[in-house]
Amino acid sequence: MSISGTRVLRVEDHQLITTGGTYVEDLREDALTGAVHAMFLRSPIAHARITSVDVSEALTAPGVVAVYTAADIDLAAGSAGPVGQPWLADGVVRYVGEPVALVLAEHPYQLADAAELIDIDYEPLTAVASIDAALAGETLLFPDTGSNVMQARGEFDETAFDGCEVVLTRTIVNQRVAPAPLEVRGAACAWDANGRLTIWLSTQNAQIARTIVAGGLGVGEDSVRVVTPDVGGGFGAKIGADPEAVVLGWAARRVERPVRWTETRSENLTSMTHGRAQQNTVTIGGRRDGTVQAFRLDVVQDAGAYPRAMFLPTLTELMASGVYHFPKVEAASRAVVTNTTPIAPYRGAGRPEATAAIERAMDLFAAEIGMDPAEVRRVNFVRPEEFPYETPTGAVYDTGEYAGALERVLEAGGYQELRAEQARRREGGDPVALGLGIATYVEITGGDAGGESGRVDINPDGSVTAYTGSSPHGQGLDTSLAMLLSDRLGIPMDRITVRHGDTDEVPKGIGTFGSRSLQLGGSAVRQAADQVIDRARELVADLLEAAPQDLELNVEHGAWQVRGAPSSGSVTWAQLAGQAGAGTLSADVWFGDGAPTFPFGAHLAVVEVDTLTGKVELRRLIAADDAGPVVNPLAFRGQRHGGLGQGAAQALLEVMSYDPDGNPTTATLADYSFVTATELPDFELVDMETPTTRNLLGVKGIGEAATIGSTPAVHNAVVDAVAHLGVSHLDMPTTPLRVWQALAEARKAN
Amino acid sequence: MKVTIEVNGGPVSAEVEDRTLLVHYIRETAGLTATNVGCDTTSCGACTVLLDGESVKSCTVLAAQADGHAVTTVEGLTGQDGELHPVQRAFREQHGLQCGFCTPGMIMATVSLLEHNPKPTRAEVREGLEGNLCRCTGYHNIVSAVVDASGQEVAR
Repeated sequence: MSISGTRVLRVEDHQLITTGGTYVEDLREDALTGAVHAMFLRSPIAHARITSVDVSEALTAPGVVAVYTAADIDLAAGSAGPVGQPWLADGVVRYVGEPVALVLAEHPYQLADAAELIDIDYEPLTAVASIDAALAGETLLFPDTGSNVMQARGEFDETAFDGCEVVLTRTIVNQRVAPAPLEVRGAACAWDANGRLTIWLSTQNAQIARTIVAGGLGVGEDSVRVVTPDVGGGFGAKIGADPEAVVLGWAARRVERPVRWTETRSENLTSMTHGRAQQNTVTIGGRRDGTVQAFRLDVVQDAGAYPRAMFLPTLTELMASGVYHFPKVEAASRAVVTNTTPIAPYRGAGRPEATAAIERAMDLFAAEIGMDPAEVRRVNFVRPEEFPYETPTGAVYDTGEYAGALERVLEAGGYQELRAEQARRREGGDPVALGLGIATYVEITGGDAGGESGRVDINPDGSVTAYTGSSPHGQGLDTSLAMLLSDRLGIPMDRITVRHGDTDEVPKGIGTFGSRSLQLGGSAVRQAADQVIDRARELVADLLEAAPQDLELNVEHGAWQVRGAPSSGSVTWAQLAGQAGAGTLSADVWFGDGAPTFPFGAHLAVVEVDTLTGKVELRRLIAADDAGPVVNPLAFRGQRHGGLGQGAAQALLEVMSYDPDGNPTTATLADYSFVTATELPDFELVDMETPTTRNLLGVKGIGEAATIGSTPAVHNAVVDAVAHLGVSHLDMPTTPLRVWQALAEARKAN
Repeated sequence: MKVTIEVNGGPVSAEVEDRTLLVHYIRETAGLTATNVGCDTTSCGACTVLLDGESVKSCTVLAAQADGHAVTTVEGLTGQDGELHPVQRAFREQHGLQCGFCTPGMIMATVSLLEHNPKPTRAEVREGLEGNLCRCTGYHNIVSAVVDASGQEVAR
């Protein structure tokens, strides 16, 4: 019987619940014996000229081994062009948190003592602390470029909304948030006697990190080994390697000792990349019967101080029209630099912003024409028979059943009952208002289309070692891949080991991001298993003196036999592998034809808003998330839960804030509203499975989907709760203050 | 200064700097690395251990303050024969962990919570674990794990 599709407890868990994972800071490798500890001194000012640097006193502090600043770094520039971030700030600092100096000391406690003695004079420059300030262009971050706009794409057709009965425009802020994985960034590195660097790095992809680190250090990729130990969450912000990793490798070479680094949480909140940070202007036009005829999305991406991920607004453009078949869709984007922490992917990476924009726009349109938001969506969905569906912005959706997802959550949630309850409260003047929010979404997974590596070895004892270029860090992929292989090979899961994250073991790979791992990494190991089976068939044919096509693998017993004649003998994997010799039953593949897939779903959020205080309580969150066939429902549901929590957190609470001078005001976990257990409800999951044809497994990614749907569902619910009091929109996060202010303004306007 | 702390049933003595935090004593001196540091403001709870049976955030206790006291970490929960503690078993059974970084602290906070409230409701679990942050699970399955560990039925 197939175990895929059944709930299987994770092979990862035993260590994590008994002795704890082995994260970078836990490493006790011999190669790290005698390591010095590192700390980056970071800019306390958003925008300033560095006028003098004096490290002499710090060098005399107890335990200090070295202090380095930009003048010491003899590496070629890391990023190409005039807007790349220097390894350490050179002449100018452009955000609070930018690394300015590196301190090395014998004991971690000595680092902060020494860093306090570094004397740096800053001459403040005007800070560009918002998108509006960046667009105004009075102060430029990179004067040589002549503009704060680093990328501008697309144009609009002036006549796009001609003939529409209703046209609405609204600017929607998709606020900056902090990825905040529980494990902050960390690294440890050591050069060996042959001039080869091993760097243990908390990253989502060892192989790409190797390319970045080797490139930064100016050495060949053969001279760098990246090892990924257990990683305590990434959420996109640990893709690749940050400049700090290169500086640490450089420093280890310079002092000829291993170096270890773990940032502090407060450092992490300003120095690890942030996510989202878009300001999106939507224009939606259509008829009063609910038909949307034209949609326009104008994206402004705050890229932070150094542009790192210019594909984010591009992805937002691509997904602009969401789950709808609109005759006319146009999207354009600009990306600007500001004196804030650089922006990079965060769980969803460009797609949540698109979904938030269109889903708010649909609700605005529904409110304007006086139609239920569910009904407006029904009128405009791409229909099942239209797939594959090419959107006006160029995405080709594979499969979907958008109306089906919506109807399922409305039924599960008791939508009509909830609407009736809402009406009763409104009529009765209940100060606690009920709000219902719908979001229907489609997103793109494996969107990089870069493929993935997979290798399967049958060991001489009949056990299996599989290698993947994916790099799981909490997703449970070890378990999912072992399940797939067990089903395919007929070998029990406890005889299957999945390896990843060490570039010496897995030289080729792309890693884990964009919800790509199962559809690409899973397809790769499946393809490798198929090749091993083909090879085995030939070998068994010789052993049993039968024709290859007459042989079958009995997956119940993990043995080969002649089809229809099991009594004529069988060969187990162990027998076969023992005879075949090392390396024979092995296949190493690159699954490269994995086109992107488009998971979809519908979420319904139910909130209560205390109209006297503005306090919002998320009461229910009901979610249908369709990512095709499910390998391990345990992990699948866990990914959805996590996504729902993070997505709801953005709508309700979380924002990374700056004051007008570019000082972060939420730079510790005491200030940043990291969502807790008390602010979230139990989640209600509705299952549906619509396969894709674009990979061997028929699966789509699930890592980000629930984040994408839940943010606008909760956001729409809060607005819906107070709509009868004259509020048509308020931006996220929907904090009590914001809701209270919106209510006060609406009262004044009436 | 010299401190002696009973860690998971055995004494650990060392000469430490006065400012040494208990979490660093556990990790570096006792060599038990399950207990993690996730923040610097006593906000996240990743470093939660039991001090004389009560849960504390060990990043906010000096090793000196724990001198002569008993500390239990997640490594101390597993039985001699490798048998899992009911809370450990429930976290695995309910998928109450993903990346695992918050897990040792979350498990120790749960042990303490159930000591005070042996049959908590889901809402009580949420209140009780408010000081422990998790970025992966959305808390749903953590709540289920705590309810399961308490011997109550879990609606999945």
